[in-house]
Amino acid sequence: MKKRNLAQRTAFLLIGASAVITFALFALILGYVLIKGMANINWEFLTTYPALMGREGGIFPTIIGTLVLTGVALLIAVPLGVAAAIYLSEYTKGGIGIRIIRFAIESLAGIPSIIYGLFGFAFLVTFLKLGFSVLSGAIALALMVLPIIIRTTEEAIRTVPDDYRQASLALGATRWQTTSRVVLPAALPGVVTAVMLASGRAVGETAAVWLTAGGALKLPFSLHDPTRPMTLHLYYLAAEGLSLERAYATAAVLLVLVLVVYSLAIFFRQKFGMKRR
Amino acid sequence: MKKNSVETPSTHTIHKDPGARKEKTIHIVLLLAATVSLLALFLITAFVVGEGWPVMVKHGPLNLILGTDWTPSRLSFGMLPQLTGTLLVTLGALLIAVPLGVGCAIFLAELSSEKVANLLRPCISLLAAVPSVVYGFLGVIALVPLLRSTFGGSGYSLLAGSIVLAIMILPSIINISEDTLRALPIDYREASLALGSTRWQTIWRVLLPAARPGIVVSIILAMGRAIGETMAVMMVTGNRAKVTGALLDPGATMAGTIGLEWSYAADEHSSALFALGTFLFIVIMLLNGVAQLVTSRGRVSQ
Repeated sequence: MKKRNLAQRTAFLLIGASAVITFALFALILGYVLIKGMANINWEFLTTYPALMGREGGIFPTIIGTLVLTGVALLIAVPLGVAAAIYLSEYTKGGIGIRIIRFAIESLAGIPSIIYGLFGFAFLVTFLKLGFSVLSGAIALALMVLPIIIRTTEEAIRTVPDDYRQASLALGATRWQTTSRVVLPAALPGVVTAVMLASGRAVGETAAVWLTAGGALKLPFSLHDPTRPMTLHLYYLAAEGLSLERAYATAAVLLVLVLVVYSLAIFFRQKFGMKRR
Repeated sequence: MKKNSVETPSTHTIHKDPGARKEKTIHIVLLLAATVSLLALFLITAFVVGEGWPVMVKHGPLNLILGTDWTPSRLSFGMLPQLTGTLLVTLGALLIAVPLGVGCAIFLAELSSEKVANLLRPCISLLAAVPSVVYGFLGVIALVPLLRSTFGGSGYSLLAGSIVLAIMILPSIINISEDTLRALPIDYREASLALGSTRWQTIWRVLLPAARPGIVVSIILAMGRAIGETMAVMMVTGNRAKVTGALLDPGATMAGTIGLEWSYAADEHSSALFALGTFLFIVIMLLNGVAQLVTSRGRVSQ
């Protein structure tokens, strides 16, 4: 009896320790970056251009770079992803073709960002001659976040009770009328969650964007201009030792943006009572 | 996929009113959107493999895999340093993250109160949201100096890469493992406890074995993430393309080498990076396949 208790106590101690270590790490990482970074963030830092490759000045063009890349990527990926999710959940019952499509979606989700980067560099930048540009970067990002949007939207559509569909169809509505006016509105919080998760991923992405959007430190005025997001700027600041204070501050801005977006995603998901994934 | 599986409400096809046409068009548009993923996967495969092909043919895949000398300036593209580097960094990361992650999952699913679990769970999701370049940055300013002062050397090492990666893959291991544990029927717990076993015996002998497929999937997915990670690993491993077995040595990974060298690589060097990408792609697709297989099998057996 004693031996059993001893084993249990030891095991629970180790399990408790692993939980404490994990959450201590969490607090340490976020706290460290935010505290160190916040000290160096001010209005000027956010609104002025960098000077001397980032050694001086602010990060204004990189904030715009991040927002533009993310925005354009979402403009491409959200309609595509939501439409694909609707097809997969409302318009088909399966079959070999659907299984292949699902395999492709799952695979895309697992492909590392550097591969998206290589692909974007070879196909978008070089083959399609889009050059290092907002457009190339955004398309690469869009493909990356597509699986997230499809999966999350599909999950949301599945939680809509079948009664809704049957009631609508029984009233004489067509399949599309049912989907667009009954199912989608009911699943809307889930779609919002999908968009938030996708933008969080896009904002935090570095490698795929680096190989496709170039990294020019200037404002992009058209889809064909190159751009540099905050993530890439942070890499240069840190890896080339340009400015530690500005690296902290950039990391903090990036982190705040990503955390806000993901918190919204979690909020919508919990409110909607969706399964966490 | 095929036209005959198209399901338009039958009344409309009979009457051929304009509504049925519209329904059909919408159906096709949605189907096209669904096939974009397949097209993307095809294009990614074609272009990554295609660009790497010249070097594959010139040197032969086996010579590339077994070659120990990576010196692009002499057109020598032995990839063993990157392959072993990736393997070591990934194994190191799993060694740290799996016990920690599974422990954490057991804590959240079985030991902590619902209130505590609901408070801690979002934290894990947020930990997963931190961009990899931020982890790399933290690695450079905190971890590398710590390793330098503890073990000597430069601090840039495979060990640094393992630790950073371990933190990065923790959330997905915790999430999936916890989900799996929670999905187990309460009967398992009650039956085991009723037989007189302790809570720990129940967890160790009943719940963990039952949750094995889910935990295995979480580890495979984490492995894929670790193998493909670029920025964070590249920033802390030192990127020295030498075959080494010592975790404290600097080393290079496949993804890290691509990230570091793509911007100035030309011609054959560039093709060699795509060949490296091809090997990376193959490994990832194999892992994806296994993960999907285990997932579908697990569902069948439940």
